[in-house]
Amino acid sequence: MTPRLVALVVLFFGLLGAVAVPLGRYLARVFAGENLRTARLLGPVERLAYRLAGVHPAEEHDWKQYAGGVLLFSLVTQLISYGVMRLQGSLPFNPTRLANVPPWLAFNTATSFTTNTNWQSYGGETTMSYLSQALALTSQNFFSTAVGLCVAIALIRGIARRETTKLGNFWVDLVRAHLYVLVPLSIVYALFLVSQGVIQTWSGPAHWSTLDGVTQSLLRGPVASQEAIKMLGTNGGGFFNANSAHPWENPTPLTNFVQMFSIFAIPAALCVTLGEMVKNRRHGWAVFATMTLVSVLAVAALGHFEQSGNPALTRAGADQVASALQCGGNMEGKEARFGIADTALFAVVTTDASCGAVNGMHDSFTPLGGLVPMLDIQLGEVVFGGVGAGMYGMLVYILIAVFLAGLMVGRTPEYLGKKIDSRDVRMASIYILIPAFSILLFSAVALLTEAGRSGIMNASAAEVPGAPWHPHPHGLSEVLYAFSSATGNNGSAFAGLTAYSAAHPVFYSLTLALAMFVGRFPLILAVLAIAGNMAKKRSVPPGPGSFPVDGPLFVGLLVGVILIVGALTFFPALSLGPIVEHFMQR
Amino acid sequence: MTRHPIHKSASIWDPAIVRPAIGDAFRKLNPRTMAKNPVMFVVEVGSVLVTVLFFYDLARGQHVDVKFNVQLIAWLWFTVLFANFAEAMAEGRGKAQAATLRKMRTTTSARRIRCAGDESALPAGPTPAIGEEVSASLLKRGDVVYVAAGGLVPADGEIIEGIASVDESAITGESAPVVREAGGDRSAVTGGTRVASDWLKIEIRQDPGGGFVDRMIALVEGSERQKTPNEIALTILLAGLTLIFLVATVTLEPLARYFGGSLGIGVLVALLVCLIPTTIGGLLSAIGIAGMDRLVQHNVLATSGRAVEAAGDIDVLMLDKTGTITYGNRQAAEFLPVKGVELRELAAVAALSSLPDETPEGKSIVALAETMGIVPVLPAGATFVPFTARTRMSGVDAGERVVRKGAGDAVLAHVRGRGGAVPSDLQAIVDKIANAGGTPLVVVDGALVLGVVYLKDTVKPGMRERFERLRAMGIKTVMVTGDNPLTAKSIAAEAGVDDFLAEATPEAKLAYIHKMQEGGRLVAMTGDGTNDAPALARADVGVAMNTGTQAAKEAGNMVDLDSDPTKLIEIVEIGKQLLMTRGSLTTFSVANDVAKYFSILPAMFTGLAAFQLTRGEPRSSHFTALNVMHLGSPQSAILSAVIFNALVIVALIPLALRGVSYRPLGADALLKRNLLVYGAGGVVAPFLAIKAIDVVVSALHLA
Repeated sequence: MTPRLVALVVLFFGLLGAVAVPLGRYLARVFAGENLRTARLLGPVERLAYRLAGVHPAEEHDWKQYAGGVLLFSLVTQLISYGVMRLQGSLPFNPTRLANVPPWLAFNTATSFTTNTNWQSYGGETTMSYLSQALALTSQNFFSTAVGLCVAIALIRGIARRETTKLGNFWVDLVRAHLYVLVPLSIVYALFLVSQGVIQTWSGPAHWSTLDGVTQSLLRGPVASQEAIKMLGTNGGGFFNANSAHPWENPTPLTNFVQMFSIFAIPAALCVTLGEMVKNRRHGWAVFATMTLVSVLAVAALGHFEQSGNPALTRAGADQVASALQCGGNMEGKEARFGIADTALFAVVTTDASCGAVNGMHDSFTPLGGLVPMLDIQLGEVVFGGVGAGMYGMLVYILIAVFLAGLMVGRTPEYLGKKIDSRDVRMASIYILIPAFSILLFSAVALLTEAGRSGIMNASAAEVPGAPWHPHPHGLSEVLYAFSSATGNNGSAFAGLTAYSAAHPVFYSLTLALAMFVGRFPLILAVLAIAGNMAKKRSVPPGPGSFPVDGPLFVGLLVGVILIVGALTFFPALSLGPIVEHFMQR
Repeated sequence: MTRHPIHKSASIWDPAIVRPAIGDAFRKLNPRTMAKNPVMFVVEVGSVLVTVLFFYDLARGQHVDVKFNVQLIAWLWFTVLFANFAEAMAEGRGKAQAATLRKMRTTTSARRIRCAGDESALPAGPTPAIGEEVSASLLKRGDVVYVAAGGLVPADGEIIEGIASVDESAITGESAPVVREAGGDRSAVTGGTRVASDWLKIEIRQDPGGGFVDRMIALVEGSERQKTPNEIALTILLAGLTLIFLVATVTLEPLARYFGGSLGIGVLVALLVCLIPTTIGGLLSAIGIAGMDRLVQHNVLATSGRAVEAAGDIDVLMLDKTGTITYGNRQAAEFLPVKGVELRELAAVAALSSLPDETPEGKSIVALAETMGIVPVLPAGATFVPFTARTRMSGVDAGERVVRKGAGDAVLAHVRGRGGAVPSDLQAIVDKIANAGGTPLVVVDGALVLGVVYLKDTVKPGMRERFERLRAMGIKTVMVTGDNPLTAKSIAAEAGVDDFLAEATPEAKLAYIHKMQEGGRLVAMTGDGTNDAPALARADVGVAMNTGTQAAKEAGNMVDLDSDPTKLIEIVEIGKQLLMTRGSLTTFSVANDVAKYFSILPAMFTGLAAFQLTRGEPRSSHFTALNVMHLGSPQSAILSAVIFNALVIVALIPLALRGVSYRPLGADALLKRNLLVYGAGGVVAPFLAIKAIDVVVSALHLA
C-alpha cells in the first residue's frame, strides 16, 4: 500500500467508527419506537401517514405477516416504477423528449432498483426523463433501502426478544425509516453535494459553442437529490452513465471521500445498533471489527495489484513505477483526479457494501485487481454490505460460525443465549446456497448460449483478422461479474459486457433480473424465517462454557468462515477467469 | 466403590469386529441405505456415473486412458466403502456389547403365578408349586412371577413380596449380592440378575422387548438410532455444503466449453468428491454410535441418543449429598451421654458393642473410644449381632449382658421390650445431632439407655477438584440434602459446591429444577427413590441408580448400573466429546479443501486448449504455473487427491470411535485448541499427505 492509501484507510475507518456510534444508537432508538427529539417536528406527519394508510402502529407482525408486507410493498412500487418508465414519453419533465423505455429494459431496471441493485443496462442521461429519474428511480432508492433496513431490524429483534412471535410492525418500521433516517439525512447530504458543485436543476440541457464554433449540449438534471440517496442507501445507480466518475456527480476529492463514507455510514452504524438492541455492545464492535478487517485486506490487495501495473506493459518497456513525475501503476479506466488510492478504496467500499456506484472502471483493473471487487461481491455482500442487507447477511454467517464453534466446544451451539436448531441451520444454508446457485448457473447458461456470449466484449484472445470465436478469460470474467453483481444486488459491472442491445434485448434483461430477484427476496424470506424462529426461543444466560461472541477469537473465526465459504465456492470459476488471465499476462 | 466394567473396550481393529464390518460395508452400498447420508450418496452416484461412462466409452471403442480411469474409479468406490466401513465398525462394536447384554435375557424361563389383569389374591409366603413355567419373552406388564433362590429374574419388575439377596454382577460387575425387598426404595429388580438366597414375588413392569436392556441393545446396535437434534442440524449444513460444491463443479464444464474445451466427467466427479465434506459425512453416524458405546463402557444405559447429547449441554448438576459428596458410611465424632451417665461409661459400652463390628462406622466408634484411653475387651463367649434391615441395630450378646446400638426408634422399642425407661433428655440430644446433619446412634446396655454416638458426615476426598473441573466446563453444581440449611451450608462450603438445596423434599427438588429451566438452564440430576421420579422426569438428564426403584428408572433417561452418582460428570464429558468430535471433523473436512483445490484445479486446466492460443506455449505450462505443490503430472495430481480423500476416512476411524480428547477448559481455550489442531492442521496436513502420495504414485508409475 502506498502511504497515501494507508493514510486514507486509517482516516476512513477511524471516522467511520466515530460516526457509527451516534448514528447507530439513534437508529436503535428510532426502531424501538422511542419518542425522539425529531418527532416533535415529524410526529404529526408520522401519525398522519398511519391514519391515511389505516395502519395500527401498536399492532405487531409475526414473521409471515412481516414478510407479506415486504413483498407487497416491493411489488407495488416495482409496478409503479415500471409504469413510469414505460410511459415517460407522454409524461412531463422530459426536456430532451426521450422515448418510452423499451419493455425489457424497463422490466430489468424496475427489478434492479426495487432490489436495491441498481444495475444499469442503459446510460442514465440518454435514456431516462427527469421524471423517470426522480419518480421511478430515486423514490425506489429510498424504498428499497428502507426495506433492507426493516428486515435487518426485524432479525435483530428476533434475536433480542424472547418467547414471542412478534417482530414489529413492517409499515411502522418503513415509515420511521423514511421519516427519521433516510429523508432528513438525504436532504442535508444533497445540500452539501450542491455546495461542492453537484448540479441540481429541472432545466433541460445547456447548449454552448466551443472555440471551434461547434454547438454542444451538456446534459443535466436533478442530480444531487438522486446522488445523496444513491450513496447513503447503497443503491449505486448513477444519474449519468459515468456514475461517480462524472464531475457533476462527484466533483472534488472531498465529495469522493464523503461519497465513500456515506456508503458505509448506515451499514457501519447498524453494528452499533445490533450491540444496543441485543444489549451486548462488545458484540456489535466485534462485528464492526470483522467487517473492517475484511475490507482492509481487500483494499490492500486491490491497491497492491493496481499499483503494480500491467505486466504486459512492463514487458513492452513502459515505466509503471510511481515517481515524482507519475503515480505509476495501472491508470487505465481511472479518473486522474482520484488516482489509484482513492479508486481502490472506492472500488472496495462499493463492492463490500452492495452499492455499485463507481468512480473508475472495474473492467479496466488488472486481472487480480478486478478479482478483488468480484470476490467482494461473491463473499455475500456481508462486509458492511447493503443497508440492512449487509447486517442480516452477516448475522446469517455469524449463525454458521457460531454453529461450528459450538460443536467444537462441545455444546449445542447458541448465539446470544439462543440455541441454534436445525431450522435455523436450514435457513442459513439456503441463504448461502441461493447466491452460489444463481451466480454460477446463470453464468454457465450465458457462456453456453449465443445470446449470452454476444454481449461479451473481450472475446478475442488473439487479434487475428478473420479468426473465428476466440474465447478469452476476461470475457468469462465479464459474465461472472455481471451475475455476481446482480445476485449480490450490487449493480457495478465489468462494463465491457453489453447487457442490453437491440439485437438481444431479452437474454440479459431477463436473466439478470431473475438473478437480482432471487438474490433479494428469497433471502429476505429465509432471514425473516430465522427471525421468527429465534424470537420464539427462550434465552440462556451466557456462562464460561458458552462461546463468547465478542473477542478476537470470534472475529478471527467469522473472518475465516466468510472467506472460506466464499473462496471455496467461487475459486474454480475465478481460476478460469481472472486467475488464468493473470498467468496469461505474465 | 470398585468398578468392574464388564463391557470392556475392545481394541479398535479387533478382527472379530473388522471382518463382518467389511462385509457390511458392501451391503450398505444399497442406495436406499445410502440416501440417508446425503454426502456419501452423492459420492456413490458419482462413482456409478463414472463407472458406467467408462465402460460405455470402452464399448464404443473410444480412446480412454484405461490405467488412470480404472484407478480413479477404484478409489472413488473405496471412498464410499471406507465410509460404510466406518459405520459398520461402530455398529459392530455396539453389537458386541449388545451381545453381552442380550446373553442375560435369552432362554430364561419364569414361573408365572398370576397373569396381568387377574386381581385374585395370592397365597402369602413361598409358593414354588403354583402357576406355570413360561418363557421370559412371553411375560407381559402386570404378570407376577415367583423366583426362588438360584433363579434368574426374568424381566425388570417390582418386588411385591419377599426379601432376598440378589446377585447383580451380570449387569453391574459388582460381585457382592445386594438386598432387595418389597416396599421402600429397594424394591426394583432388573431382568438378568440372579436371586442368591430366599425367594421373591415380582410384578413385571415392562412389556416384551421394552425393558431397559432391550432398549439399550437397540440403541447400541444402531438399528433404532434416531438422529439427534444437533446431528440433524449438522447433516443439513453438510448437505448445503455438498450442494454448493455440486454447483461449483457442475458449472465448470460450461465454463470450460466456453474455451472450447471439456474437462470430462471423471475429473469433475473426482473434484466433486474431494470437495464435498466426505470426511465428516462418512464418519458422522459412526461418531454418534460410538458416543452411545462409550456410555455403555462406563456402565451407563441411555434410552436415547438425544439424552447423551443433552448431557453435553448441562448447565446445572444436582448431586445428592449423601453417598455422592460425602461418604454414606459416617464416622463417629462425639459421645453424648444422657443425664446421670458418665462419658467414659458410654464410650466403653459403645466401643464394646462395636468391637466385632467390621463396618466403617463400628471401627470409627472403637477408634474414637481409644483416643479417650479406653481399651475395650470382648468378654469370652460373646457373640456379635450384626446390623440387619429388620432390626436396624447391632451389638454384642455376652451371656446375660445385651449391648446394643442403633437407630433411635428401633433401640427404644428394644429398651421398652425389656421393661426399660427412656431418659427425658434423650430426644433433645438425638434431635440436636439430626439437626446438625449427623446421624445419632443410641447406645443401650441391657434396658439402660446410656447416651448417643454422634456419627458425622465426611466429605469425600477429591470432590473439590472435581467441582472445580465442572466449574471450568461452565457447569454449576448444586448439593441436594435433607439437612437443615446451616449444616448444608457448612458441608457445601467444605465440598466446594456452588449452591445447595437444604431440607430438600421431592417437591422442593422439582421446584428448583423448574426454576433453573425457566432461566433457560439445562439440569441434570441423579436419583434412586420413587419420590425422585417426578424430578428425574423433569430434569433434562435424569440418571437413575440401578439400585433404585423401577419408578425412578422409568422416569429418568439414563440408568447407571454402578449406581455411582458422581458418574454424571463422566456422562457430561461424553456428551461434550460427542459434539466436539463432530465439530472438529467438520472443520477438518472443510479445511482440507484448500489443498485439494491446489492439486486438482491446475491439473484440470491443462485440458483446456484455449490457453495455448495466447502465446503458443506448451500444454503443460499453465499446469506448471498453478502447480504450487509441484506434483508429478496432472493425472497423478488428481489421483493423489482422491486417494488422500479416501484414506483420510480410514485414518480417522479411530478418532471417530474414541472421540477427540476432552479437557475441562473454558469455551475460549477449547475452541482455540480445536481450531489450531483441526482447522490449521486441516489446511496443512493434506498438502503434506497429497504430496507424499503423489511421490509414491509417480515412483510406481501409476500415473
